[in-house]
Amino acid sequence: MRMDIRHVAAALRRHRMATLLIGLQIALACAVLCNALFLLSNRLQLMSMASGVDESHLVALSLQGTGNDLGRDTLLRIKQGLRGIAGVESVSMTNAVPFTQQAGEIGFRSVLDDPQYNQQGHFYVADNDFIRTVGVHLADGRWLGDDEAANSTSFLPSSPSILMSRSYAQHIWPGQPSLGQVLFADGAQRRVVGLIEDLARPNPEPLILHNTVLITGSNVLGQVFVLRTGPLSRDRVLRQALDAVARIAPDVVVDLDYSGTLSELRDRYFASNRAMAAMLCGIIAAMLLVTALGIVGLASFWVQQRRRQIGIRRAIGARRSDILSYFQTENFLIVSGGIALGMVMAFALNIVLMKLYEVPRLPLAYLPWGAVTLWILGQLAVLGPAIRAARVPPVVATRSV
Amino acid sequence: MFGYYLDLALRSLKRNRVLTALMVIAIAVGIGTSMTTLTVMYLLSGDPLPGRSEHIFYPQLDAETGKGMVRSRPADLLDYPSARDLWSSGKADRQTMTAEALVKIQPVEAGRHPSMIDTLTTTSAFFSMFNVPFRYGGPWQPADDEARSRTVVISERLNQQLFAGANSVGRTLRVDSNDLRIVGVLDHWRPSPRFYMVVGGHGASDTSDLYKPPHDLMLPLSTALDLHSQFSWFSCWGNVDPKNMAAAACEWVGLWVQLDTPATRSAYRDYLRDYDAQQRSLGRFDHPPNIRMMSLMQWLDFNQVVPKDVQLQTWLAFGFLVICLCNTVGLLLVKFLGRSGEIGVRRAMGASRSDIFMQCLVEAGAVGLLGGIGGLLLAWFGLWLVRQQKVAYADLAQLDPMLLLVTVAMAILASLLAGLLPAVRASRVPPALQIKVS
Repeated sequence: MRMDIRHVAAALRRHRMATLLIGLQIALACAVLCNALFLLSNRLQLMSMASGVDESHLVALSLQGTGNDLGRDTLLRIKQGLRGIAGVESVSMTNAVPFTQQAGEIGFRSVLDDPQYNQQGHFYVADNDFIRTVGVHLADGRWLGDDEAANSTSFLPSSPSILMSRSYAQHIWPGQPSLGQVLFADGAQRRVVGLIEDLARPNPEPLILHNTVLITGSNVLGQVFVLRTGPLSRDRVLRQALDAVARIAPDVVVDLDYSGTLSELRDRYFASNRAMAAMLCGIIAAMLLVTALGIVGLASFWVQQRRRQIGIRRAIGARRSDILSYFQTENFLIVSGGIALGMVMAFALNIVLMKLYEVPRLPLAYLPWGAVTLWILGQLAVLGPAIRAARVPPVVATRSV
Repeated sequence: MFGYYLDLALRSLKRNRVLTALMVIAIAVGIGTSMTTLTVMYLLSGDPLPGRSEHIFYPQLDAETGKGMVRSRPADLLDYPSARDLWSSGKADRQTMTAEALVKIQPVEAGRHPSMIDTLTTTSAFFSMFNVPFRYGGPWQPADDEARSRTVVISERLNQQLFAGANSVGRTLRVDSNDLRIVGVLDHWRPSPRFYMVVGGHGASDTSDLYKPPHDLMLPLSTALDLHSQFSWFSCWGNVDPKNMAAAACEWVGLWVQLDTPATRSAYRDYLRDYDAQQRSLGRFDHPPNIRMMSLMQWLDFNQVVPKDVQLQTWLAFGFLVICLCNTVGLLLVKFLGRSGEIGVRRAMGASRSDIFMQCLVEAGAVGLLGGIGGLLLAWFGLWLVRQQKVAYADLAQLDPMLLLVTVAMAILASLLAGLLPAVRASRVPPALQIKVS
């Protein structure tokens, strides 16, 4: 005996209210599910963003209290001391590394007399060891030479040559070659001699591009030491580095919030995103559970209510598999209806979120995922009651209520 | 009658335990998640200065000079000369300047390492304007502001750390290699957000840092200038000599004024306009007037202090609650209509439609009560989870007695709402005519 969808649909019409409710619940679940999955994937994407440095090899120490009094000598002695730690391959002094704090931000101009600081950018000021220490990759042009580090104590060193992040260069000079171009800021001009693969800002944010510029300079404003070491010796190097700083400069305070292996700093930096991702996972799981329980409850009731009809159908020759597929088809129809409505609602919800929270547009690809999830969920949820229905013996037909 | 309905309801709930459990779980989970997020939202979006906030204002000017971008709104902070002029004019009922500095404090005990502390540098009126409670001693005096006195106020927390909670008034603290005398120790004070230092919130993707606990160290701004403390800048437009922040071309000072009547408010607005015009005629300002004066709550609102993630979570949780309610409506409908036979008998024996309706609602309400208790436990657990997060507002996430009642009330209300439609349907069941058959 073949299942006729029209029969199933006709039966549903008799339970309009309950069908409508479960369909509505599926629709809402579909709308929330698609958006929650999308938000979750945005967060995961953000948390796994590339920083452009060799994180697994790096340890950072952020110093405080070096104030304006602490001389360059002390910093150089610290650097010497850190270099002496076993397993440290190189040490650099910089103003920041990714996943710490915003350190140097300035409005760059691409045209000298442009009244607008239209290109806000972050600059890393570091010594010549920075590039080899953190492992930035050159995309085009050349590295900065040892003689190009400006010996300056101002906010932005007046070095004549700079490196910049490739995407930032493309943003400022779209469609033009950016090597050899000049950026103006702080009363000086700086020529772009090399482009690096994207180097993240110290405080990367979603939707903000890697607007970073790399300048070498002996700038005492930069008080972050970054150490390159093997992935396995990172924790030991960190401990020894803290001891070394305490020994060499007992008056210097290490800012523990922004010190650690780069992997730890990344984890700390994205802590709130991780919490949000966990919350989204929780909501998704709870929603699927509640939806499944709703289907189980309703289907169980229908099975119970139709015991007599099921018995009659069995008595006139329906097989167990026919009963099973009847309930599965019924569920498929309801869930499909819910999904159809849910897709529209998913977009409506996304538009609201876009307006209020700068959430990007929901890509169409999320809809099939949401739909497939709900179809599978529905089929699994209805399986139990349907099996019970299939077990109803034909003899039920002969009994009265 | 209610007692009878309740008895019937409980019997009916017991009869179909699985269905009852499903409904209670759905309500509990929906209420639990939405109450967790709602509690956080409520705690973060409240008035940090109830009864006072409408008298507190935040004047802003645009002091930036030169070929910079003409800004659509003034910066979040003032330059020192403007802040100082406005503050010393005494045109408001009360006024105070606020700025942040990072200072190094030496340990009280020998052999310990020094530490860096975010410090609030302000003026004596800060404490009275913002109702700051003291445990020991009190604020420094207006004369101390003028005299750049070496005085300091510390938080309860720092007092606990340094002096094990003892009365430390009169003791000295070594701050940036200067000896400052402790004049006051704060009592527990935890405004949410740390409103007096709210800057840079608008448009930021994460504003949870605005909910950090108050500063542990507070000292006169004049003293901090004298000590060349390391102030935090908001933005600068010229060369900056960190040793001379009083003259730096930077925005780094906030000004708060208390204006008690509408008349003083409009007078103060006029005064701001006049000041701006005067400074332009003197050539110190070269931008068109860009003046603002928001009230405390407007300023918090403008800075969008409530973190976007918290708002997003609230939305999702309520979406989820609606799903749970939908679920409950469906299950209640099934449950009530499943008893059509029984209802028919009762109707035949004289029960009116409203009796049936009431009985169904009582049953729905009982589900709500059970769900509410479950939801309360879940919300309590949810807030514990929030407290485990590494966010600045984690310690604020506490269930308060009012919210406790709201949770249960909301659960009952929600389930009554969910029960409404099924109850109407159930009350329409016709009296059983075929009673003799069975």
